[in-house]
Amino acid sequence: MNKNNLILYIGILIFGLAAPYVFPAFKVQLSILCILIVLAITWNIQGGEMGYNTFGNILFYGLGMYLCASVQVGMFFPLAEWTESGGEKTFVHTPAQFFQGMAMGLVVAAVVPTIVAGLIGYAILGLRGHYFAICTLGLGVAAGEISGGIEIIGAGQGFTTPPFPNVGSLEARGEFFYFLSFLVLILTFLAVKAIYSTRFKLILNAIRDNEDKAEAMGIETMKYKIIGWMISAFFCGLAGGIMGGLVGYIDSTDVAFDGREMGVFMVLMAILGGKGTLWGPVIGATVFHIFKEGFWTFFLGWQYVALGVLIVVIVIYFPEGIMGWLREKYPERFGEVVDEADRKAQVEIK
Amino acid sequence: MDFLVFQYPMITVQACLDGILLGVLFALIAYGMALQWGVMNIINIAQGDLVILGGYIAYFMYLYGIHPAWGVIVAPVIMYFVGIAIYKLVINKVVDRDLFISILATFGISILFMQLMNFAFGADVVLANSGYGTTMLFDSNVVLPNSKIFSAFISILFAVCLVIYMKKSKLGRAIRATAQNARAAKILGVDTEKVYAATFGINAALCGVAGALISITFTIHPYMGLPYTIRSFMIVIVAGLGNLPGVAMSGMGLGVFEEFADYILGTEFRIGSVFLLLVLILVYRRFKLSRKREYLK
Repeated sequence: MNKNNLILYIGILIFGLAAPYVFPAFKVQLSILCILIVLAITWNIQGGEMGYNTFGNILFYGLGMYLCASVQVGMFFPLAEWTESGGEKTFVHTPAQFFQGMAMGLVVAAVVPTIVAGLIGYAILGLRGHYFAICTLGLGVAAGEISGGIEIIGAGQGFTTPPFPNVGSLEARGEFFYFLSFLVLILTFLAVKAIYSTRFKLILNAIRDNEDKAEAMGIETMKYKIIGWMISAFFCGLAGGIMGGLVGYIDSTDVAFDGREMGVFMVLMAILGGKGTLWGPVIGATVFHIFKEGFWTFFLGWQYVALGVLIVVIVIYFPEGIMGWLREKYPERFGEVVDEADRKAQVEIK
Repeated sequence: MDFLVFQYPMITVQACLDGILLGVLFALIAYGMALQWGVMNIINIAQGDLVILGGYIAYFMYLYGIHPAWGVIVAPVIMYFVGIAIYKLVINKVVDRDLFISILATFGISILFMQLMNFAFGADVVLANSGYGTTMLFDSNVVLPNSKIFSAFISILFAVCLVIYMKKSKLGRAIRATAQNARAAKILGVDTEKVYAATFGINAALCGVAGALISITFTIHPYMGLPYTIRSFMIVIVAGLGNLPGVAMSGMGLGVFEEFADYILGTEFRIGSVFLLLVLILVYRRFKLSRKREYLK
């Protein structure tokens, strides 16, 4: 790590730690931003590095959300009665119970989706190209529709997550969720950064570029694809668990398995920032979130129209994303050696 | 097993007939999907939304006092031009690109259409009443709305007309040539750009017919598009591209499956079971294909 990078990281860390105090009104937005970045990074492992464009990571996100909330409630109170009461204050978590439940819930929310990814991975990841994309799209929607029919987690009526306990300060809730999501963001980023510097990333890239050839070279592609998906699922589940607590209310198709919003956002943010780069999803998610919040606020009601147009425009005119554009403009910064004579020759051809 | 379906055989007959009549409609949508997939190599996620838009055309005719059955003629004409417009604006830029790009771009169109329809027509579940009455079979144990029979009949009529058109007409031949080999067709003087536009237009027109029929027989709602896309995708992958009897059969099979899922699991799991079936079919296909690949080794 050179000196410039170190300064950048420390700068971001300081900004992240100071942000809730500098912008106290935007705490929830900043937490959501952290979650969005995590989701974009995890999508990028599949779509960017591995070349498997999934719409189905929303499955793990929603699963994590439901699991975290269920565990948090179920550890102390009967779950069925809780959902039946629709979040009325029949049962109240003490602060200790709340945090204990949250911690336990997050562990479950991360571990179970990982296991699920491992179990279905062998069947699903054998599909290629658009079959994979449509299959995962189906998975996400099916999960939403089915969870909307299960009574114990609230069915169509929704699931109210435990309200934040009274610990004295009014700001505590926002700060707690902000720092939790920021912590998860840092964990995700560091984990992914560490992974990307190993042979594992090269294998994923080999799978993206030519899977059959990679297999012929003796790489057990299926094993690595499943591991990649499990890593994604782990962080997706974690992000979902936090988001559930942050939103405070879980609905099967509108919050948890929200393929129309979150499921597309993931893809869009990663593509906007630049697929297959470490920083791309981070930049993409930030830009997207700022744009989205601005639009959602000023043109309420037209947000999905804007979203649809945005998807089409980004996909058609901007498929390489911000990082791809920067890379084309300043190739030296990305460690690419450019031959001056070569460049001049190219200009002359143009 | 104490399900109603098994206790009263008449319900089984009812479900089968309902499913077959419904499946014919699905097959019509899937035919459009197969057409554009085969010719342009594009999977159109907005397929279902085109269907719903066609349904709203018929519904509006109904609101203005015209019998909605005329929508079967008006909707495809309007939808043809909508299809051409979508092609000119978006699709022609993604035809030669990566398949995922086309999936994502049409997904964007789908979201856009969904929301625009929601603004324009409201978020209510609507249906156009055709007033055709019902037919009773087997001592009034099986009730079939005449509108369903009408819609199945019209779907078959349109499908047959289109098949003949594709076989006989010049454009049909050009479309088939482009599907076989776009480059060779271009060399031999086929304007592939025009063929693509026409293909997408015909697909949209088929969706319009199906939508008008759906608005008569069932209900339409701005957000109900995606299940139709998934159904048609499923039918096409089960039948294979260019296998018309297969498309018809698997369409009916899907219709019957849905009716039984409805009776056995309950209506709330109907859409979920469709999506789950898609996943299962794809996984089954993957294992079948991988076995074939091992033989080649």
